[in-house]
Amino acid sequence: MIHLLRRLGFYVLTAWAAVTVNFFIPHLMPGDPVQNLIARQQGKSSPQAVEALRIQLGLTGDQSLWPQYLHYWSQLFHGSLGISTSFFPAPVSTVLGTALPWTITLVGVSTVISFLVGTIVGIIVAWRRGSWMDGVLPVATFFQAVPYFFFALLVLIILGSDLGAFPISGGSDQGVDPGFNWPFISSALYHGFLPMLTIVVSSIAGWILGMRNMMVTTMDEDYVLVAQAKGLPTRRVIGYAARNAVLPNVSGFSLSLSFVVSGALLTEIVFSYPGIGFQLLNAVQAEDFPLLQGIFLVITFAVLAANLFADVVYALLDPRTRQEG
Amino acid sequence: MSIQIAAEPGTAPPPATPPSARGISRAVMLPRSPKILIGLGVLVFFVLLAIIGPWLAPDDPSATSADLLAGPSGAHWLGTTQAGQDVLSQLLIGARSIVVVGFLAGIIATVLSVVIGVSAGYFGGLVDDLLSMLTNVFLVIPGLPLLIVMDSYLPRGTGSNSLVIALIVSLTGWAFGARVLRAQTLSLRSRDYVASARVIGERRLRIIGTEILPNLIAIVAASFVFTVLYAIGTFVALAFLGVVDPSHWSWGSMLFWAEANNAAQVNAWWWFLPPGISIALLGTSLALLNFGIDEFINPRLRAAGLSRKVARAAGLPRRIRFGLTPVIGRRTGR
Repeated sequence: MIHLLRRLGFYVLTAWAAVTVNFFIPHLMPGDPVQNLIARQQGKSSPQAVEALRIQLGLTGDQSLWPQYLHYWSQLFHGSLGISTSFFPAPVSTVLGTALPWTITLVGVSTVISFLVGTIVGIIVAWRRGSWMDGVLPVATFFQAVPYFFFALLVLIILGSDLGAFPISGGSDQGVDPGFNWPFISSALYHGFLPMLTIVVSSIAGWILGMRNMMVTTMDEDYVLVAQAKGLPTRRVIGYAARNAVLPNVSGFSLSLSFVVSGALLTEIVFSYPGIGFQLLNAVQAEDFPLLQGIFLVITFAVLAANLFADVVYALLDPRTRQEG
Repeated sequence: MSIQIAAEPGTAPPPATPPSARGISRAVMLPRSPKILIGLGVLVFFVLLAIIGPWLAPDDPSATSADLLAGPSGAHWLGTTQAGQDVLSQLLIGARSIVVVGFLAGIIATVLSVVIGVSAGYFGGLVDDLLSMLTNVFLVIPGLPLLIVMDSYLPRGTGSNSLVIALIVSLTGWAFGARVLRAQTLSLRSRDYVASARVIGERRLRIIGTEILPNLIAIVAASFVFTVLYAIGTFVALAFLGVVDPSHWSWGSMLFWAEANNAAQVNAWWWFLPPGISIALLGTSLALLNFGIDEFINPRLRAAGLSRKVARAAGLPRRIRFGLTPVIGRRTGR
């Protein structure tokens, strides 16, 4: 329990750091950000939007940094991430609220699949090392080195456009009602298949490699040798080794998650998937700064929540973390 | 991914040889395994391309011509874009900024990670707590969105400068290395030869410089290679999104234009395949190098890949499962 509380404290600290960084970036950049914005947009945004941005960034000139910072926090606690300039006058939270469920489902499902399959393949590769299974590693590595969005582009062309087997854009069919009903879920699965495939294939190498390397080390431990020597079935021996080898993979979850999320954002863009990544592209193209910053915060909070979840799983798997403290 | 696993507690790499000329020469003699050789070979090819590419380019990459969206031909070896620009020229010129950003960011981030990781591991106590916390915060915060926010706020010209991009990319890329280096420094610090150096009364900086750092060389190298890989991936992603000015030629901006003009939908494979494959090859070469160095740090991983010939020569069964992992030296080894 104490271990989990400590982790929770760390995540609160990280959230604070992310919010603070987010607040200070516009203030520390050279020049007046609002002027930069106007210069870059060349009159694309309305005067009201520029004024709203100026007030929101606290750049009206009559306040020092500290009250602005407090104001920013109180806004956040009221659930306000500011007003989007490209969807003016829609608040950022509304824009992101519709996009977030798509991204969370996409990233969540594909990460779980990738983790499970990657870990199992890693165990098998370690067990059968010296056989043809060793060839899995270089292949997986190649797919990991290919940028997500490039692989997504290839998948899109081959499976989407050329073969026409899968839809090439959108999250579900136009006519279906979003909600918990079978037509919608099946349509969403059908549309989500290619993005998921991309994310799984691109991220699986890390799990395979991590698991294989830990298995190779764990299989040299005495208790595994004893288990083998006393004649336990191979299956159980592998089970002993794998249960211990999987721990670093679970704790490595937090490290890889921020990679996967970044990759998933790009994948969404290629597939025109209606998630956060697609909004990110909109925000970059429209130079919608409040939306960009809101996206950063929302993604960070989501990643922190996922990490907390991984910590709980870890504590369940490893009794040592429960005793310490 | 792999470097972080190698340094988990309990799997700390086997003790490196204490610093000596031999230890260093071993580190220099690294390029032995096929992984390292292939990785280095491909990497050197791309670095050369980055140096001489702009001279080899047959055309101005931005110059338009009458051949719109033409496939590969004698005049344009890799075809042309929507605006009639020569794809080969863009590819050759775009190599430079990729390699420059990758290596610059790699160097800056590695220096940061050595300073932060080694001080956290060596000094311990409050310094360690604070620096570890900082490292973990940077590890958890998703890098790409943060970079996009930072880069968008920069004035237009500055945001596309290779040095500036390298700087902000390295800001999110140092934490992996720092974590691994801290773990290894912690383990080295309690070794006898470091303790004796402390008892003799050597100064801290000297102990770090002559006793600790030489034994971290392999890990520093692995984390450098990893960071270069990360920086290239991130730079390409930023350029692909159009955060970095698309008129600044790189493989990422080539993909930006290809995507913006629906190259995939009109099946203009000569446009988007060359930059994508180049990135993949460069990335794979760096990943191979990283594995090679990992196997050097932790020989157990290496023994796993015994070829039939080596196994027979050493009189071992090919599949070794439990109890021991043979580490087979090469004939030149000992």
